[in-house]
Amino acid sequence: MVESPGSVFINAFLANNFVLAMFLGLCPFLGVSSKLETALPMGAATTFVMFVASTTAFGVNALLTAFGLEFLRLIAYIVIIASSVQLVEMVLKKHSPALFRALGIYLPLITTNCAVLGVALFQTAREYDFVQALMFAAGAGAGFTLALLLMASVRERLALSEVPAVVQGTALSLMLAGILSLSFMGFAGLGG
Amino acid sequence: MNEQTVHFMPRMDATPPARMVRVLALVAAICGSLVVAAHQGTLSAVQENKRIALERAVRKVLPEAREIIAYWLLPSGALAKANGAPPPGALVFHAGYDASGRLVGIAAEGAAKGYADTVRVLYAYDPHAQAVRGFAVIASRETPGIGDKVTKDKDFLANFPLSAQLSDDGTALAHEIRAVKHGTKTHPWEVDAIAGATITSRAVARAINEAAQALLPRLSPHLATLAQKT
Amino acid sequence: MKTRPLAWEEFMEGVWRQNPVFVMALGMCPVLAVSVSAINALSMGLATTFVLVSSCALISLLRKWIPKEVRIATYIVIIATFVTVVDYLIQAISLTLYEALGAFIQLIVVNCIILGRAEAHASKNPPLAAIINALGMGVGFTLGLFALGSVREILGAGAWFGISLFGDGFQPWVVMLLPPGGFFVLGGWLLLFSFFARRRAGA
Repeated sequence: MVESPGSVFINAFLANNFVLAMFLGLCPFLGVSSKLETALPMGAATTFVMFVASTTAFGVNALLTAFGLEFLRLIAYIVIIASSVQLVEMVLKKHSPALFRALGIYLPLITTNCAVLGVALFQTAREYDFVQALMFAAGAGAGFTLALLLMASVRERLALSEVPAVVQGTALSLMLAGILSLSFMGFAGLGG
Repeated sequence: MNEQTVHFMPRMDATPPARMVRVLALVAAICGSLVVAAHQGTLSAVQENKRIALERAVRKVLPEAREIIAYWLLPSGALAKANGAPPPGALVFHAGYDASGRLVGIAAEGAAKGYADTVRVLYAYDPHAQAVRGFAVIASRETPGIGDKVTKDKDFLANFPLSAQLSDDGTALAHEIRAVKHGTKTHPWEVDAIAGATITSRAVARAINEAAQALLPRLSPHLATLAQKT
Repeated sequence: MKTRPLAWEEFMEGVWRQNPVFVMALGMCPVLAVSVSAINALSMGLATTFVLVSSCALISLLRKWIPKEVRIATYIVIIATFVTVVDYLIQAISLTLYEALGAFIQLIVVNCIILGRAEAHASKNPPLAAIINALGMGVGFTLGLFALGSVREILGAGAWFGISLFGDGFQPWVVMLLPPGGFFVLGGWLLLFSFFARRRAGA
């Protein structure tokens, strides 16, 4: 079975949107999606870490498979992600303080974002080659950002409207996410 | 060392690096032995489970088979009995023989992207009729109640046997196996999709098609050898 | 109010007052992704509880030696170890279950509940207290998952634990099994909980 890189991208981006269909990365999705201006940097930071994680996970997986050490895969991945987040943080701090100020508070959160580990795990489970893995990371990041942006713009409107006190908070966000997810189901089968 | 650096020296209660390394080594040792113990402890049970699952699927698609032998079709085109992990590039298939040792069918795996994730199927090929007799789903995360209709829906199962004749030059199937919209099946190599579960139906058809296109042309020279149990 | 033993209080903290699913809304990814049936939800909950309890126990045992500079990394490695263990255990018990839960077993690593418990409780308390606290959280998480899985399976497939409830005449409400259904059902449960919480506060 060979999936074209384009179809991998579309699948991760729309048809099987990481947040709305696969339920990955829900914590930041529900947590930091109340304002548009924070949604975009958060999405960008996550996408970037996804790329790093996907690339290194690809290499590490090849290495572990070569030595027959598949049972260390999970530990290796999570350590890679945690350390690459640290590395990104340090590099940004040194070379681009402005960007660091914008993204800084989100970076530690990304370590426990299951979407990032999800990219690494799913690309391994589906035996993607390098190009497919990159497209998968791109699609996943774009999908995550899109979901975050959509949710944030809805919630910004919502802040201005009257809502019964009992539905406020997470319950309302979940109902909204349900409706978004329902509309994303229209993309099913798009990636072929 | 001037005043400034002293200021940035670690505080008194900071852990000395040597101790940090020692503790980390201890943690790594504990974790390492746990993982290895779990891996070794469950290895035989996991392999047994996988074997049973595969055997059950093969028995399901080739119910009359009394004995099932796994083979490899090597990249060189040669045939070999399966033994351990398949070499790279080898195609794995299972030949089922009835009580008299006659070949009743070939079972092989195929996979394609379905609605939620990859759908892995095992299809049974009948070399005498040159047709795909049926299939079983080995793994899928398709929506229960929709995607799993492919194994239950009577109309869908009526698609089989599915014509899988080789083309005249023997390098591919004469007709690509593909899913068509519900109610528009006109040829014996078309799969009538389930209305409402089109994507999974299409995945099943594509999984069978891709796997059969790869295996059957290379298998045909060996069918005479395989016809009787060896 | 009757005085109950302290351990019981500690245990019920996670099961009820701080329920990770309904009250704290933590660790949502597996909650929604695998709760299409009661049995999947229950297994996922038990697997998470196992990881939670064993990693909290180990962290609590080692708490005096783990240097605080590298504690998070140490916790993550310990958690990942137990997740790998549980991953193999599930494969050994049932392959069908393993296929159904898929990558979400391995994603237990990044379940915020576990790291949260490790950092907030196990690193400061003796093993027994840490185990009781983790057990409470685990049971609470399992209950939440189970409630969600049951509702989704009953509405979406007309069955519970695979046993058909309504006979053949029932037209399943399939959307409940699809991703949107997960959001709706969880939203519904949260609504119910916040309704009762408000009523109690108002009374």
